[in-house]
This record gives sequence, C-alpha cells and structure tokens, in this order.
Amino acid sequence: MPPRGPRAIQKPKNAKGTFTRLLGYLKAHRLRLILVSLCILASTLISTTGTYLIKTVVDDYILPLKDQYLAGTSVDFGPFLRFLLMLLLMYVAGAAAQFFYNRMMMMVSTSTLNRLRKEMFDHMEDLPIRYFDQRTHGEIMSRYTNDTDTLREFLSQSFPQAVSSAFSIVFSLFYMVRLNVWMTLLVLALTPLMFFITATIGKKSGANFVAQQKAVGALNGYIEETIEGQRVVQVFCHEEKAKEAFEEKNEAVRVVGTRANTIASMLGPIMNNLGHITYVIVALVGAVLIVNNPEGASLGMLISFLPFTRQFSQPISNLSQQFNIIMQALAGAERIFDLMDEPVEADDGYVTLVRAKKDEQGNIIECQERTGMWAWKHPHKADGSVTYTECKGDVVFENVTFGYVPEKTVLHNISLYARPGEKIAFVGSTGAGKTTITNLINRFYDIQGGKIRYDGINIEKIKKDDLRRSLGMVLQDTHLFTGTVKENIRYGRLDATDEDIVKAAKIANADFFISHLPDGYDTMLTGDGANLSQGQRQLLAIARAAVADPPVLILDEATSSIDTRTEALIEKGMDELMKGRTVFVIAHRLSTVRNSQAIMVLENGVIIERGNHEQLLAQQGKYYQLYTGMFELS
Amino acid sequence: MKFSRILKNYSGKYGKYLLLCPLAMIGEVAMETTIPMMTANLINEAIPYSRNTGDLSHVLLYGGLMVLMAIASMGFGMLGSYLSSKGAYGFGRNLRQALFERVQTFSFKNIDRFSTASLVTRLTTDVNQIQGTVMMVVRMAVRSPIMLIMALVMALRLQPALVTILAVAIPVLAFAIGLIMKLAFPRFQIMMKKYDALNASVQENLIAIRVVKAFVRARHEKEKFEASADDVTATQRAAEKIVLWNGPIMTILMNASIVAVLYLGGQRIVGGTMLEGDLSAFITYITQILMALMMLSFLFLGFVLSRASIARLSEVLEEQPEIVSPDQPISTVADGSIVFDHVNFSYQGDPNNLVLTDINLRIRSGETVGVIGGTGSAKTTLVSLIPRLYDITSGSLQVGGQDVRKYDIHALRDQVAMVLQKNVLFSGTIKENLRWGDEHATDEEIFAACQAAAADDFIRSFPEGYDTDLGQGGVNVSGGQKQRLCIARALLKKPKIMILDDATSAVDTATDARIRQALRTQMADTTKIIIAQRITSVMDADHILVLDEGKVADYGTHEELMQRSEIYREVYTSQQKGVA
Repeated sequence: MPPRGPRAIQKPKNAKGTFTRLLGYLKAHRLRLILVSLCILASTLISTTGTYLIKTVVDDYILPLKDQYLAGTSVDFGPFLRFLLMLLLMYVAGAAAQFFYNRMMMMVSTSTLNRLRKEMFDHMEDLPIRYFDQRTHGEIMSRYTNDTDTLREFLSQSFPQAVSSAFSIVFSLFYMVRLNVWMTLLVLALTPLMFFITATIGKKSGANFVAQQKAVGALNGYIEETIEGQRVVQVFCHEEKAKEAFEEKNEAVRVVGTRANTIASMLGPIMNNLGHITYVIVALVGAVLIVNNPEGASLGMLISFLPFTRQFSQPISNLSQQFNIIMQALAGAERIFDLMDEPVEADDGYVTLVRAKKDEQGNIIECQERTGMWAWKHPHKADGSVTYTECKGDVVFENVTFGYVPEKTVLHNISLYARPGEKIAFVGSTGAGKTTITNLINRFYDIQGGKIRYDGINIEKIKKDDLRRSLGMVLQDTHLFTGTVKENIRYGRLDATDEDIVKAAKIANADFFISHLPDGYDTMLTGDGANLSQGQRQLLAIARAAVADPPVLILDEATSSIDTRTEALIEKGMDELMKGRTVFVIAHRLSTVRNSQAIMVLENGVIIERGNHEQLLAQQGKYYQLYTGMFELS
Repeated sequence: MKFSRILKNYSGKYGKYLLLCPLAMIGEVAMETTIPMMTANLINEAIPYSRNTGDLSHVLLYGGLMVLMAIASMGFGMLGSYLSSKGAYGFGRNLRQALFERVQTFSFKNIDRFSTASLVTRLTTDVNQIQGTVMMVVRMAVRSPIMLIMALVMALRLQPALVTILAVAIPVLAFAIGLIMKLAFPRFQIMMKKYDALNASVQENLIAIRVVKAFVRARHEKEKFEASADDVTATQRAAEKIVLWNGPIMTILMNASIVAVLYLGGQRIVGGTMLEGDLSAFITYITQILMALMMLSFLFLGFVLSRASIARLSEVLEEQPEIVSPDQPISTVADGSIVFDHVNFSYQGDPNNLVLTDINLRIRSGETVGVIGGTGSAKTTLVSLIPRLYDITSGSLQVGGQDVRKYDIHALRDQVAMVLQKNVLFSGTIKENLRWGDEHATDEEIFAACQAAAADDFIRSFPEGYDTDLGQGGVNVSGGQKQRLCIARALLKKPKIMILDDATSAVDTATDARIRQALRTQMADTTKIIIAQRITSVMDADHILVLDEGKVADYGTHEELMQRSEIYREVYTSQQKGVA
C-alpha cells in the first residue's frame, strides 16, 4: 500500500486497485479499445512522421530543386507535388484515425458511465436504511454528479490524450535517435527537470485544491441551509447576520480558490516556456557540435532535430496536466466503488408470500388468481416439504430489545401481540420509541434481542420483500414522487386499475380535492408534491396504502396534518380500510386511537400501560393523565 | 443582463486585476510570436555563421535572447495566471455576495416564485459557470485576437504571398466551427435537461427511500432510473457526435495549410525568395493563427453556455423585493393590538381569486386568540399578514394602532414572533440557535425560555446539554423536540405579538398544555395567536376564530361557539367522541 496523506480527499486511497477495477469495466469494450489504441497509434505516428518528413521535403526535394534552379537546369516540381499530395493524404488518414478513436472513445465512455450509474443506483436501492441515516443526501448525490463527471472527463479526454502523449514520446524518441543519439541524450537529460517542476507544482496545487474543496463545501452547505430556512431568517430579522456569516465563508472560498487556481494554471506557461528553453539549449549544443565536428552533425540534421524537442516536451507537459485529472477521476471512481461495496440489506428469508385459496377440504393451496387471500409459503429444508400458513396479520413481539447504535438501547424488552383484525395503538411522547416499533416490524432495522413473529413465523425467516409487501405503511413524513396523482396512488399496487385508484382515493377522502386539481387524477406532482398542502399529501399517502390492500396496516401519524373535521370525514373510509386488517396506529391525537382494541403507552422505550380506552382510563395511570389533561383547562 | 454589464457591476475592487490580466497576456503573446522569428534567425543566420566561422557569438546572442524571451513569457504567463485567478475569484465572490444579499431582501412572495433548489443552483453552479467564463475571457478574449494579429503580421513580414493560404483556411474553419456549434448547442441543452431529470430522480429516491422500501418498489425505481440513464446516454451521444468533428477538421485544415506552405514556400525557396529557416517559422505562425481561431470559438461557446446562467442570475438580481420599509418608517410598535378591517387577500393580488375575504377582527393587546379551521381554510395565510410576510390586497391591517405598511419591517417583525408550521433549525449548537431570538440573551434568559417551552428537560438530558450540536437542518432532534426549540427561540424575542402556527402538532397533549400555561403566565402582556388542530389547544383562549374557506365563520369564546357555531361543535365532537 502506498503511504496515505492525512486528509487527501482528492487523492484516491488505493489508486492501483481502483484503476484495475475501472479496467474491469472497460473489458467489455476490449475490441473497441484495441481499435482505439490502434487509431491513436496511427494518428500520433502520422503526426510525428509528418514532422520528420519536413526534413525529407527540405533535404530531398526543395534543396535539390534549388540546386537545379541555380545550375540553370529545368526544374520539375511534379515529383515534389506528388510527394506533398501523398503527405496530405497521410494527414487526412491521420485525421480520420483521430475521428474514429474519438468517436469510439465517446461510445466507450458513455456506455461505461451508463453502466456505472445503473449499477450504482441498483446497489443503492438495496442498501439498508441505516446507510441513508448515516449520510447526507448531498454526500450520496455527489457520486452521481461530481464523481461521474470527472470520470467522464477522464474516459473521454484524459485517457486518449494520455495514450496519445505516451505514443508521441516514444515516436519522437525514435526519430530523434535516428537523427542524432548524443543530442537525444541531451534532451533526455533535461527531462527530469520538467518532471520535477511538474511534480512540485502538482503536489502544491493538489493540496490547495483539497483546501478549496473544503471551503466550497462549507459555503455550499451554508447556502443550502440558509435558503432552506429563508422564511425563518426573515421572521427573525436575521438577514444582516446571515450576510455576515455568508461573507466570511465566501471570502474564504475566494482566498483559497485564487491560490489553488493560480498555481494550477501556472503549470501551462511554465511547461510551455521550459520547452522553449530546452529548444535553445539543444540549438546551442547542436551549433557547438557542428562547429567542432562537422562530420558528426550537419545543419540539416539540426534543423530537423529541433522541432522534435518540442514534439517531445509537449506530450510530457500534457501528461503532467492530465495527472491531476486522472487522480481526481480515480478518487471519484473510488467513491463510486465504495458505495457499490457497501453491504446490501441482508436477507436470509425463505418464507414467501403467495396468493392462496382453500380447496374443498379446507386446505390452503397456492393459486395464481386474485382471491384476496394470501398465505406464507414455508419450505422445510429438512424433508423438502412445503407448508402454507394463511397470512392473517398476527404479530407478536417477544422481549424485543433494540438500539439504533449498540451503545444506546431505544426499546427495552418489549413484548406485545396483535391478533388478526385488531387495531393496536401506540401512545407516548416524542422519542418514546413508537416509530421504532413499526420500523422493526417491516425490518428497516434488525433487532438485537428477542423475537418478532408474524403469523407464528419468525420474521427473520420471511423474505424482506414479501414481508414488506404484506404491510401497508403510511409514514410520518409523506413523500410523493414526480409523476401524476394517479401514478402516485398506483405506487401502492402497480397493476391497480383506474377504478381501483378512484376507489382508494374515495376511501381516503382525497377524491374531492383531486377532482378540483387542474388536471384531476392526471395532475403532475413535482418536487416531492410541493404543490399540495401537507394534509392533502397525507390523504394521497393513505390512498396509496389503501390501493395496496395489505393484510396489515401501519399508520404512523398518518392524519397528523389533517384537520379533525376532515379526519372525521375520512373516518368512515378509514374504518372500511381497517376492517379485517391488523392495524398499528401511532398518533398524538388521542381521538384517533380511542377506538383501538389495545393501546400501549410507551415511555422511554418501555411499555408502561396497555389496555383498551376504558381499561386505561380506569387504571388512572399515564393514559388517564394524558387524556384528562385535555380537560384540566376547560 | 449582458455579460459585460454583469462583469462591470460585480468586479468591484477586483476589476483592476481583470483589466491588468489582458496586458500580461499581450506580453506573453508578444514573446510567443517573436520566439519563432528568433528560431528562424537562429537557423537561417546564426548556425550557418558559426559553422562557417567557428564563432559561436551569434548563436549565443540569439539563444540568449530566446532564453530571455522564454523567461519573460513565463513571467507574463504566471502573472496572467495570478491576475486572472485573483480577478475571477474576486468577481465570483462579489457576484455570489450580491445574489445572497438580494435573496435576503426577498419577501415570502418572492421566495414562493423561486424554488429552494433553484436558488441554491443559482448561487453555486451558475456563479461558478460565469466565474469560469470570466477567467477564460480575461485570458483569451484579448490574447487570441492579439495572437491572431501578431502572428499574421509576422507571417506577412516573412512572406506576404503565403498568407493567401489563410484566406482559404480561416473561412472554412470559421464555417465548420459555426456549423458544429449551431448543431451541437440545442442538443447539449436537451442533454442537460435529461441530466437534471436523472439527478432529480436520484434525489427523490434518497428522500423517499423509506417509501420505496416499504412498498417494495426498488425494482420499479430501478427500471425508472434505467430509462432515465439511457435517456442521458442517448442525448449525450447525439450532442457529442457533433462536437467530435471539431478535432479532425482542425487537424485536416492545419495540415493542409502546412502542406500548402511547404509547396508554395518550397517554390519560393527554390526561386531564392525565401530561406529554409523561414519555412518552419511560417508553419508555426499558421498553427498559432488557427489555434487562436479555435480558442476564439471556445470563447464563443463559453459565452453561449454562460448565457443561460446569466439569465438565471439576472432573474434573481432583478427580482424586486415585494415588501420594503416605507420612506419614513415608524420604528416602535406601541402594543400588541391587531385590527383587521375588511381585509381581502390573494396570493396573486387578484381580487377575483381571494384566499381571504372580508376579514374583520379586533384583537386587544394581551389577548389570547385561537384559530380553528379545516385544511385549506387559510389560517396560516391570515397570520402571515400580521408581520407583513405578505401584503394585503385590500382593506386595512393595523398593529399597535398603526397600519403595518407604515412600520420599519424589522421593527415590526422584531415585535411579532412567529413559530412557523414548517420550521427549521440551523447547524450549530442549541444555544446558538436559541440566540436567534435574542443574540444578547443571558444563559438565565435562555434557560427560562426553554423551561417555558418545555424544552429545558430534554436539552439537559443530552450529554452536552445546551451546547449540543444540532447538525444541518437540526437533524439530531425529534420532531416534537424541534418544535419546542422553535417556540423557545421565539420566546426569547420577548415580542408584543406571538403567533404559534400549529407549532405543537408533534408535541404530546400534556406538554402542549404546559407550554400554553407558561405562555399565559409569563407573557401576560403579549398578544398570543394560536393556530391548532386540537381543539384543546385553543378552547381556553379569550376568543376563538373559526375560519372557513377564507372567511370568518365565527368569533367568540368556547362557550359561545359551542352554542352557536355548527362548525366548531363538529370539530369539538369529532375530537371528544367517546368521552364519558
């Protein structure tokens, strides 16, 4: 392993490994890449040969013709013209090669990026919720934006340029050696200096770019946060303060940005002019050679040799400028691969959910058609037999213990049961662990101790997708997707008919407001449903769960933003929705949970009371206090 | 706004760097175009001279001159790098600052017009785009034409007749580049749109990952994403396919010109009107001229690309704040009395599309007023008018006996504390966030406000107490805790009017009651307006306003409303059902 810089964000941690892995992606385009290399080879060979052939033009055509002219013999420009036409033809071939490799490289880079994006997204969708908890959206997003952008630049530009530069160096060396070995050695002796300067500047600008990246990150974070909270800024007359804080961060970006950019953009003129200086040194030494040893070095040789010092130094400066981009691209690729290497949500379940019906004997059998009945298909490894258990919605927690982080337990020894068709409510102050319980039923998180059984089956044995399919959820934060209202409701069940959707919307009492939208059910919702009120969004979320028609429903503050009158209106619909289903309800509003079969009062991750409304009132405990608390003021 | 205007208006004290940079570039170009001439002299004159005489002085002279020029060129180049970076980053800073400050003057109506995400993009990506263009402009806009002219002059001095080659090459190149850009630009725009859509879909998935997982829709989302990714790839290919022609066309034109120079120049050398060394110098000049043209085309492309960014920035910079303080503002608010007199309001200012219709209310200073009403009954809109977050469409609205439009906005808002429904906390510690209410608040005052907002207990339960870092957007606290912090923050303002817009929806009923109790005893002189869903949150208020579809349906005490307001009774019974 190469030594790592302490905070070198720009530098890949494992450049070699990342590069090898990236090559793996390019393997699919092996044939194309071979052709690309051949075309680059042809194109650079032609351009270096072109430089070399100028010597031929001068030495073999122009000068003899001049001699002929001076001698007074007739001058025939025919062969000269033919040679030049050949040269032109060669150049056209070179340009064609250049076109082909650019074109093929474009195809390679676009399809590689396409594949990387898809694989990254594919993988991301399968990551556990925990992964998303631990990272900001911006952090994950930048892999799709910045990191893929630098990678695109690398594949479509830096990669062919680097290959072409390498070929150029080799060919120039070849022609230089043919012209004069000693002068070639001189040029080679001057090269390390260029490398040294490039490396020094590169290192310096690298460090400065890291600093810039950091400052820009801080500034962008501040912009995002302030604009997001712009209304609060105004309500608190905090505009001046915000300007000051912004100015400070803005100035920091300017200072480090100026520094990083100055150093990086100096590389061009420095390398370019070092090329000129090399040129002069070579010319001087050449002249000395000619004076001292006219046999070993001719004027013609020197004239042809000189352009090669530039042909040789240019690709070196080119390579040096590509180096930073390549490093950045590898760092980006590494972050992309990091995401792809994150372990996906583990799923060892083998019990699946199937459509079922009862045969004449009353046995549950699997079937294809829609019956409204579902069963757990439970294969037994031991004897290869398969048993079916009806999916009814019987949920049991046995001494469940859980914490988001191992050090901090959120739920302590929770035991509870919900019989099929029962409505179970969780009541308690914020942070008591109500949402956590529902997050465990659908296995967003895995428990650390105890057992959760679903229709008698340990939920760890159930395939996660099937488990979640059997649970309809209306989450605390309502999220809608870009698309029409109809598409958003259909999210609950992709094969739902338009009638199903309208029916579900009616249950949620959303039909009324939807039909008043500009395009009714075909109204486009944008940006997380920003054009709807919070309450309307919740109604849509309920309709979405209704269309899914699951045996178990989880309503996490599903009606918190709906006013009680509307809630009263949808109550009938909700009752219908809940009929025959096991329902878990979380609500602050006690009126929402009153008619539950069992109410659990949670406090600090422990169930402190359980019972129905009347029983709990009779107990005169916490629930009683909460409930009567409503009246102490009247 | 034009590029030049934006450059002029926002370069400020960095303008001199931007003006000096082209001078450095001219110096660099002067050296760069003279060096080939020196090379030609070295080859034509100095080296043959030293071969013939054994005297190296001429070689040393020209060589020395060339080295000096190279060093000078390097110096000018480095200076140009410094000046352009300093100037462009300074300009970017000023532009960003101006944008941010403009956004700070926006009223709610202005903010409604731009989405948060679009404002963020404008302040980040668009500013960077223009900053990059500025850097390129100061380096290239002068450099390339000068390079073109100087190389042309040098070429003319060498061999005027050969310059005719350029008369063919330049128009062909210009035409080709123009055509490529014309075809490519709209395709790039399509590609950018697809790319935005792709990013939006990733973002959406990040936000709604729980929904995706709960409904087992990963496959569905993957399919959607794949279609979107394929779209990006297809449009990208369509655009890049066009741009690809740039390189080869340039190569062919350049080399064809060189071949032409070789042929015509060769004839001249044979005829004795040109020297061999001039040939390579001439080739260098032709290359420089065509490269300068190419650079100009890139510059042009940069201009075109930044046009969209400039347009987006202009929208923000030219957006007039809807609400500003009057010329001679009143700077003190006498008391917390509020009078709505035939107030009508429409977000578009359209009297035919009113959100609030004919609101008449008289609220005495120190009163507690509850506001009840269904979703969409314009409760939030009504209270937003009090601190002048929006201006009324017609009628009159008075606070402290004066029309709200007569106050200095900050003076008014300092006295009207509002806890918004969609509230936010900022990164920083709890204490820093609370100080938003009063930056000079003592620790005791902060503790007292938190006790009143029922936040003190949970804050102290954190290992770092009041110094707990909240993280961006206050992600480290739960919804109910966030609401209580927001209330405490507003309490610290010690306002004359306090508005709670459904500010305790995530707080349990007992805590809610405690908070209201504290408000009543500790802020007796403050007018309190409480919007709530729970009837218990408002039933002890002095008056309760029942809003229905933007109209006052009723106004009275709990008992009065129970008797005469059907809507109120309905809400009440819907919440109290089952109570013995």
